[in-house]
Amino acid sequence: MKILLMGNPNVGKSAIFSRLTGTQVIASNYPGTTVGFTRGYLRFKGERVEVIDVPGTYTLDATSKAEEVAVEMLKEGDLVINVVDATNLERNLNLTLQLLERNVPVVIALNMWDDARHRGIKIDVAKLQELLGVPVVPTVGVTGEGIKDLVVHLDEAKIPQILHAGSDERWLKVGAIVGQVQSLSHRHHTWREILEDASSHPVGGFFIAILVMFVAFWVVRLIGEGLINYVANPIFDFLWTPLLMKLSPLLGSQGIWHDILIGKLFDGQIDYLQSFGLLSTGLYIPIAAVLPYIIAFYFVLGLLEDIGYLPRLAVLLDTILHRLGLHGYAIVPTILGLGCNVPAIMATRILESRKQRFIAATLISIAVPCASLQAMIIGLVGQQGIQYVAMVYGSLLLAWIVVGLILNRLVKGFNPELLLEIPPYRFPPWGVIGKKLWMRVSGFIKEALPIVLGAVFVVNILYIFGVFDFIANVTAPVVKGLWGLPKESIVAIIVGFLRKDVAVGMLAPLALTAKQLVVSSTVLAMFFPCVATFVILIRELGVKDMFKATGIMILAALVMGGFLNLVLPS
Amino acid sequence: MTYKKQLTLNQLRAGQTGTVVQIIGGRGLITRLTAMGIRPGKKITKVSALLFKGPVTLRLDGTQIAVGFGMANRIMVEVDSQTPS
Repeated sequence: MKILLMGNPNVGKSAIFSRLTGTQVIASNYPGTTVGFTRGYLRFKGERVEVIDVPGTYTLDATSKAEEVAVEMLKEGDLVINVVDATNLERNLNLTLQLLERNVPVVIALNMWDDARHRGIKIDVAKLQELLGVPVVPTVGVTGEGIKDLVVHLDEAKIPQILHAGSDERWLKVGAIVGQVQSLSHRHHTWREILEDASSHPVGGFFIAILVMFVAFWVVRLIGEGLINYVANPIFDFLWTPLLMKLSPLLGSQGIWHDILIGKLFDGQIDYLQSFGLLSTGLYIPIAAVLPYIIAFYFVLGLLEDIGYLPRLAVLLDTILHRLGLHGYAIVPTILGLGCNVPAIMATRILESRKQRFIAATLISIAVPCASLQAMIIGLVGQQGIQYVAMVYGSLLLAWIVVGLILNRLVKGFNPELLLEIPPYRFPPWGVIGKKLWMRVSGFIKEALPIVLGAVFVVNILYIFGVFDFIANVTAPVVKGLWGLPKESIVAIIVGFLRKDVAVGMLAPLALTAKQLVVSSTVLAMFFPCVATFVILIRELGVKDMFKATGIMILAALVMGGFLNLVLPS
Repeated sequence: MTYKKQLTLNQLRAGQTGTVVQIIGGRGLITRLTAMGIRPGKKITKVSALLFKGPVTLRLDGTQIAVGFGMANRIMVEVDSQTPS
């Protein structure tokens, strides 16, 4: 048996999915959080039942690719749980009636029940159930209220014999139902609404946006640095280093195995950024240098997502993003990219046209540094002064704008206008935010740690066989001539294909000047996607467009590196 | 009979409420807007419009929807007689 969770975008399908199946999926307060579909399983009367979290759709007359997916899936479902936003009954019921016209049993989860109550919306559930002819269960996805009740009623799902209606006819019917079951009590303007209106004000909105972004970056840095200085570094310095120093003589203090496991010693000591052994640098980069920033970034991102700020930012930036061949909503995948480019490129599916998706994915891979890369840049370049970190970010922003302007002219296709539902501000319980943060952080540890260790191992092996010397000599004209970097830095740029954080770590022993650090970090960020991004680019764009995107990246990095080398004072 | 003006959503001032009378456009646009609840007969309030032909934010029942400038030009609205214009 297959159960489909269907409904309008941003009505809480993913939250209910997590509650039903125990499978954690990312749920946020903006339309289009779910772009692919997730399967989970539910125990129902001793049977293992498949549950599918279907991307949201406003209508079954599919108008976009995401909606086509939803309609396709409907053919496979044995039962539909139609998730309805109780605060927006009319529009939601239009989809409900379309579902009831199909030949599939339906149960309705009347979600956001608590929010409806707060807004003075009263719904007569018994009456609604009678009019629709299917079970209606009030639920609150984020807290789990009503979910058990929903499962109990799955048995009573029905196919009411509703005839296929035309669009106008259907809206009339919806209007009649809403008129009978819903009563609104008058309320005053709440401070939440005042804040909502201020965020989309043509002038005030920009001030709020600047304030929000400033606070967001400040909090990320505060938490990230705090965790590094007061938690991660003490653990490594006082607990891990003494252990490694005991292990070192047992391995003979030098030689191949010592170098692979512990790395080179400097004045008889471990230098976590330079030793480059599996147990030293291999663990220090992901756990002590990057993880604190991953935690900090995803904590702040989770807050912005769940409060519902991102769609408002999309509206404010719409005009600017149109110049880059995108529209406002492209800011959502872009911001996700500041965490990791992989989910960001997947999220470009919320954009309607192929042109938009290609430009968005290419710009993300070129100019949006992931959290791991940023953590290392802040750590390494920041030692020379914060102004150099600002130069790297400024260069990437410049690349983002210039490449976008060019691609908008060159890429064929159309760039549709923004049409976006803006959710109300919501304040989810801390437990929900914590769970989502844990999901993303544990995802990072599981996926990144093995690749970092693999990359460090490969680097050691290649050094031993002298492969790098050969490559460095071949590429020296570009690296030295164009970018003004020592020829050895090509090694870091190549390792960037595996992990960008490890790559920045490899710049540490080269004793680069501040200018060289700015050039090399910027080139490293732009040059080539990491292997995980590479795979997702193939999947989302196809092989041909992936090669195009990669070509653009290499060209942009060559030009930007040369430009910085020319204009920056040494 | 009171005189009622037909305006595009862009001509409506922020804070003004009106009733949608028609959407001038192809089937695709009409389907998309209708599915989100923007359809003839529906009361909408313009919340704000961004400068430089930016999107218009409108309120409709309990939700807010942002529509691009070009789309807003295709949404014809009749201003409610009680709101001064």
